[in-house]
Amino acid sequence: MRNFISLLTGSLFGLGLVISGMTDTLKVQGFLDLFGAWNPALIFVMAGAIVPMFFAWRYAEYRNKSYVGSPLPKSPNVQMDRPLIIGAVLFGMGWALAGFCPGPAMASLTFGGLSGVVFLTAMLTGMVGFGAYKRMCA
Amino acid sequence: MDYSSWIYALIGGLMIGGAGALFLLVNGRIMGASAIVGGLVDGTGRANIMERTLFILGMIGAPAVLGMFKTLPPTNATSNIALLIVAGLLVGVGTRLGSGCTSGHGVCGISRLSLRSLLSTLVYIGAGVVTIILARAIGVLP
Repeated sequence: MRNFISLLTGSLFGLGLVISGMTDTLKVQGFLDLFGAWNPALIFVMAGAIVPMFFAWRYAEYRNKSYVGSPLPKSPNVQMDRPLIIGAVLFGMGWALAGFCPGPAMASLTFGGLSGVVFLTAMLTGMVGFGAYKRMCA
Repeated sequence: MDYSSWIYALIGGLMIGGAGALFLLVNGRIMGASAIVGGLVDGTGRANIMERTLFILGMIGAPAVLGMFKTLPPTNATSNIALLIVAGLLVGVGTRLGSGCTSGHGVCGISRLSLRSLLSTLVYIGAGVVTIILARAIGVLP
């Protein structure tokens, strides 16, 4: 069940990213071009995604466990720390420069050509590198 | 913005939110793209390696299958390799340092009314807006 749902939700997520226009880097950059030719389409993606998730969280509050019996995610971390902010700044810069965030970069892998492969390889390298750095500091 | 653009945005968004809702209520997990793939490649997510692998397989595979029947919209990505590498590294490091991306903080976090995720989302969108202005000014972006 758990494996089936992983494949199913991954598929639904990937298709949603393509259909919504999130894999179109020009649309993403157009959304961030607030003081230029602003393209507000991404607001509809966010709104459409937040609504079902909002109800899922409300429902989750009344349950102790997920359907497969695993614990539901713990209460959110409330600390507003420096890594959160610095990380978000770096992510926002990269997101704007290429127009890709992690989900769409993966969803478009098979049809995004060399540009997508290069971006994804660099992204994964950054993730591996950061993980190694964190372990070294720990 | 034309009508079809926002209606597709809304439908796609509902699919993303529906996927996140199922992943939460059935598997008990938060659907954050950077966390799912990050934990897989940096070795911190060994405990649920199968779940991560299948999720990513679906993410990449489902659009590929759709692509066999329909022409998918182009990514319109830049062919500037240096720019792609810099952007990829920034996204990779930034999302891991900041514990999330558009799906984890922007969708799952905000819908949970997490202030931390709201702050993250405002900061990365703000940083993106400023970056577009600067990149256009110095000619990095057209």
